Amino acid sequence: MTTIIADAKFADATRGTAVQQSSAFVRWALVLTAVAFLGLMLIVPLVIVFFSAFEKGWQTTVAALTHADARAAIRLTVLTVAIAVPLNVVFGVAVAWALTKFRLRGKSILVTLIDLPFSVSPVIAGMVFILLFGARGLLGPWLGERDIQIIFAWPGIALATMFVTLPFVARELIPLMQAQGREDEEAAISLGAGGWQTFFRVTLPNIKWGLAYGTILCTARALGEFGAVSVVSGHIRGETNTLPLHVEILYNEYQFAAAFSVAGLLVGIALLTIAAKSVVEWRLQKSVRGNADGVPAAQKPSERSGSERWASR
Amino acid sequence: MGIEVTNITKRFGNFAALKEVNLHVNPGELVALLGPSGSGKTTLLRVIAGLETPDAGSVLFEGEDATARHVGERRVGFVFQHYALFRYMTVFENVAFGLRVRPRRIRPPRDEIRTRVTELLQLVQLEGFARRYPSQMSGGQRQRVALARALAVEPKVLLLDEPFGALDAKVRQELRRWLRRLHEEIHVTSVFVTHDQDEALEVADRVVVMNAGCIEQVGTPDEVFRDPASAFVMNFLGTVNVFHRRVDSLTPELDAIEIQCPDELPTGSRPARIFVRPHNLEINTHLFGKPRLRGRVQFINAAGPQVRVEVLTDFGEVLQVETSQERYQALNITKDSEVYITPKEMRVFFDDGRAD
Repeated sequence: MTTIIADAKFADATRGTAVQQSSAFVRWALVLTAVAFLGLMLIVPLVIVFFSAFEKGWQTTVAALTHADARAAIRLTVLTVAIAVPLNVVFGVAVAWALTKFRLRGKSILVTLIDLPFSVSPVIAGMVFILLFGARGLLGPWLGERDIQIIFAWPGIALATMFVTLPFVARELIPLMQAQGREDEEAAISLGAGGWQTFFRVTLPNIKWGLAYGTILCTARALGEFGAVSVVSGHIRGETNTLPLHVEILYNEYQFAAAFSVAGLLVGIALLTIAAKSVVEWRLQKSVRGNADGVPAAQKPSERSGSERWASR
Repeated sequence: MGIEVTNITKRFGNFAALKEVNLHVNPGELVALLGPSGSGKTTLLRVIAGLETPDAGSVLFEGEDATARHVGERRVGFVFQHYALFRYMTVFENVAFGLRVRPRRIRPPRDEIRTRVTELLQLVQLEGFARRYPSQMSGGQRQRVALARALAVEPKVLLLDEPFGALDAKVRQELRRWLRRLHEEIHVTSVFVTHDQDEALEVADRVVVMNAGCIEQVGTPDEVFRDPASAFVMNFLGTVNVFHRRVDSLTPELDAIEIQCPDELPTGSRPARIFVRPHNLEINTHLFGKPRLRGRVQFINAAGPQVRVEVLTDFGEVLQVETSQERYQALNITKDSEVYITPKEMRVFFDDGRAD
């Protein structure tokens, strides 16, 4: 009797280690592949950017960053972000609210449209704005008469950036707000709260981490956008060059140290963004987990039938 | 405050959630809307609250037409199945919400809000929980916070949507007794939705049984249970055995057993459904010379105050029989015992669906 049990245990133990051994091998093989790939594709380029930036001494780096053209590029980039991000945040919240808290006809069409900037090449996006607002474009003559310049000026750059970064906030909020359902808002209005009160006191706190996450992604993309901006910018030095365009110009002029210095600045901002993103992501997960034992009717199995659940949406 | 619902119709696409529903709720009454999934009970509650706009018909509060009134102006307290507490607010802030969002001229001063919230938390027996967040509380506690929050605005009507639906059985039972007592204390007109017939029968003054967007019956728990108006109500309120037979008005019988029917039967012979509740089936091990249904015991569950016996009759019908523990001991039956069943109280519903 004892021997049988011992045997069984032994068999179990050997089987256990055998499985663990093979899985350990697979695990390490996978981890090593992943690390090697990441190192080659991400870490090495990052190191090279910073290495090249400081190759000719930090004075060169500082000089490159404080050059009048570089300063103008920084200003324009900041301006673009300052215009594009807030507008996209407002749009994203509005569209997510409309799609998730109301019954709308053509919902799916709207959702598909929001994804359009992701599927269209940024260069084409830029071209569209040229065709619309360019000198020979659809609205060009009308704008020309009134001396309003959009293409080859900052408004065009802001527009192109907005187009490309439009989906980030909305895409982040729609699934979150869908999961949270409408009950919180219904509770608030049944207690006598008005529309704005409900939004600021109930909806906004519920979505704040998702909103922060979407905003960070949107900002990162707005800072780094190249393709669409390149088409509408016209590359006028010190006037219509954003940071990414400035990097390209410097590089094409064989000023490698300067190009990498400015690139290093962009990479630095990107790293900060990633750090902020991780913090927010962690908070977001916490708040979603808080939900799971809290509110969302949509996620919980309920006894209501499809039609009744639909009715309460 | 009394509620009058007249000819309410509501459709969602092709689905008719409510079909010309009429209902009267007396002031201070506690009414249950009872029905299966998709019967329209939640939709009716939401129409009364103003969270849903009916396609036709009207809702009257105290005789005044409130159909066009906005939810916020109806002074209804609404309690949701999943509580819908504001998760970034403490319990105190949740309960105070309805008072704090009032326009400045009718907003009570800070101290008064504090007093009122404290009183309400006492009422729902959560005095020590003011600083907690909803995520730090159990389901039953959350639902009580939701109730306190709804009561804070001094609603004229309290509407509860499956208030105990997300709770486990034991907490459910405690909370529904507690709701009954609370209602006796504050006497606000209340309507609650449930799909659990025990809950409806135990808590409500009157029960409204709904099916497929229509009201099947309105009555006290006793009335709807003892005198169901339709086959649906009979079926929905508790377990029931059904016999599909032709019934003749001259000699109403079920397999040679005389039907003692309280109702007048229509003349002629018609297909009908004969309903008998499990506790109205008498179980014997001998015939005693009377016509009875013969069968074999398939399954016995003796765990509980009543013993439930499943019997397969010679006609292949499976009957649910309920008997007392004493009688079960006396009968001394086991699985596969031959038994004889006598239905005592039977109800006959002809297959046009009406009770006759």
